[in-house]
This record gives sequence, C-alpha cells and structure tokens, in this order.
Amino acid sequence: MDYSNTQTICPFCGCGCAFNLEVVDGEIVGVLPANDHPVGRGSLCIKGWNAHSFVQHEDRLKTPLIREDGDLREASWEEALELVADKLGSIKSEHGPDAIGVLASAKCTNEENYLLQKFARAVIGTNNVDHCARL
Amino acid sequence: MIQEIRDLVSKKLKKLDGVVALRKTDQGTAPTLFQEGDDVSQLVLEPRYPVAKTVSKLQKRFKDAKFGVVARGCDTRALVEMVKRHQIDPDRLYIVGMACSEEQAETCYCAEPAPDLDPWPEADLVGDPVPGAPPNPMVAEYENLSREERWDFWNQQFTKCIKCYGCRDICPVCFCDACSLEDPLWVEPGLLVPDFPMYHLIKAMHMTTRCVACRQCETACPAGIPLTVLYDLIRKDVGNLIGYIPGADADSGPPLSLTLADAPIDSELAK
Repeated sequence: MDYSNTQTICPFCGCGCAFNLEVVDGEIVGVLPANDHPVGRGSLCIKGWNAHSFVQHEDRLKTPLIREDGDLREASWEEALELVADKLGSIKSEHGPDAIGVLASAKCTNEENYLLQKFARAVIGTNNVDHCARL
Repeated sequence: MIQEIRDLVSKKLKKLDGVVALRKTDQGTAPTLFQEGDDVSQLVLEPRYPVAKTVSKLQKRFKDAKFGVVARGCDTRALVEMVKRHQIDPDRLYIVGMACSEEQAETCYCAEPAPDLDPWPEADLVGDPVPGAPPNPMVAEYENLSREERWDFWNQQFTKCIKCYGCRDICPVCFCDACSLEDPLWVEPGLLVPDFPMYHLIKAMHMTTRCVACRQCETACPAGIPLTVLYDLIRKDVGNLIGYIPGADADSGPPLSLTLADAPIDSELAK
C-alpha cells in the first residue's frame, strides 16, 4: 500500500517544467504539477498533464517484431538486429546514405538521442536526423 | 504548529493504514502516504496541493483501508462535496485539520481559512482559526461592468487559454471518468483557442454547486486566467438563489441532484 510522488522533468519540449509522477504500488496513476518548481510554478501544458500515460502503456512493445508477408511476428533481438543491419547496409550501398533518415524521440532519454544522432551521422553517414519536438 | 501536526500524525499512524500529507525531500514537496515507521520530520505544510483528490484515489484503490489526511479548510470543503457524491467514505477517514494563517488566508482571499470539523466522525484541529480574508477585489470590479463589458472581459481572458485541461485536472471536486469537456459533441477537438464560450462555460456550469473556492484552478492555469472571479460569482448566485454553499453542510444534498420541489428557486431573484 504505497503512494508517493516522484518529481521529474517533462520529457517533451525544451521548457523544462517539472511535475510529479503519482505512483501507487509501482504503477504510475497520474500527474500532479510541481508547485514549488521555478519553471512551471504549478502549471503544466496538456502534454505535461498526460506525460505519464506512455510509460506503462499496454501497447508498448515487449519483444522486437518483424514484418513478414504483411504481418508482424515476434523475433529475438539477434534476428531483428541482423535484419536491420543487413537492410540498412544494402540501402546505403545501393542508394547512398542520404536515402536513410533517423527520427529521434522525446520519449527517449538524452543519452539514447545522442546515440541516435551519432548513429545517423557517423555510422550511416547522413545528416537526415530529426526529433519529434522540432515539429 | 508543524511539530504538533507531526506528533499527531506519528501517533495516529499506529492505528491508521496511512496519512496523506505533504512530504519534502531534496527532490521537492508533494503529497505522499506516510505509514508507520516513515520519517515524519519530512512532513511539511506547503505548498498547497488538492489532497482531497489523493484521498479519493487511495480510498477507491484500497477499499478496506482507513487513512488520515492533513487538511486545510478548502480540503475539508472539497471532501464534504465528494462525500455527498459518493467519492469519499467518511467512516474510513480521519482528519488532521490545519488552520491557515492570516497570510495564507489573504493569498487565497479565503472566507473560511480553517476546516469545519463538524461533519467528520474523527477529526482534530491544529492551530488557531483566523477570520476570513477580504474577497478578491477583481470580483467587485467585475460586478460594475456592463453586460457587454463582461462578455468582452471573458472573451479576452479566454483567448489566452491553451486548453491544457489543468483547471479540470487539478480541481478537487472533478472526478468524472467521462468528461463532457472531452466530448466532441460539446467541445471541438484539436481547436486552439478553444471555442469561446463553450469549453469555459461548460466547465463553469459543472462547477455550479460544486466549487469550494480552493483556487487551485487559477494557480494551475499557465495563462493566468482569473477563473475564480467567474466561479466566485457563480457561488454567490447559487448561495442567493437556492441558499446552497458547497462544502458547508454535510447533510444537504447537492441541489442539482434534487428535484425543484426539494430545492425551490427564489423566483424574484431569478428574474
């Protein structure tokens, strides 16, 4: 029977409002604004009020999925990564690195986004990298 | 006062499943459920949060538990309205009533800065109640406006709205799962600025006989819209027309759930 609020910074835009994640027995059940935080000062936008909803969403993937004959089926990480590396490699050699784009996400950590842009620029060799918050 | 509250909470934790109160850590301050053995020195009294929402959430989740809550006047008023609407079980709740200071009352223009503990089977008051603060001067200014000026006033204020739903999400007496503000029939989805006056008047209408003047909505509004001016005036009208003050009397049923025969409108004032 645990209820607590953990303060965190909103993952979405660059404003940096803080809010509290309401957690009951390990399950995120809602958001309360951080009333003493200097950025938001107790206010949030609609994304902040609903930022908790994706974290434990039932639609989140639990295993890699591979599309075969139009349908998605479960796969292991090894199989999925090999397929991706194979396909990206062949697209790059056939059409050039700029045929590939990488889309980062506000739902990723800063570190993951850093890796994504490093992957796009240093591994693929393209500048085609963008982020949902820029849209 | 704070030490008195901490001591009282410590004592009551031996018998209760938990007490909802504000906890301060180096991460910030927010409501938490203190349980026996927790560090009560982390219990603080500010900044304000609508703890009635937390209590309701926890009571519904843990249907046999008995909790306590550290509550201000606005919190107990909200709790009373929720009891009337079957969102709170008063027999499973112990109240640590906290009287606000004069300064706190003035910040909220609060008419009742101490909890009324009469409706509660188990409650204790900490602190000395102070008299109510003077009302928001904006309300009096507004009442001097003509009808056209009033329309312009709200039209202008509501163009600032970013439709964050914060006023609804923070409101301690808002609890519906299916909210009419999210129904495309009434409020056009994806439209910014939200269609004036639909969103705001629907919300104001739902605040009728429900708003306990806690002012959390105005605090949560990122656009600084003076929502409480509208809701204060509605409270005034409801008080004058049918003599109902939300949060005041635990026995009177919510008038919008009664028939007109039970809650007659004073026909002179209604003209």
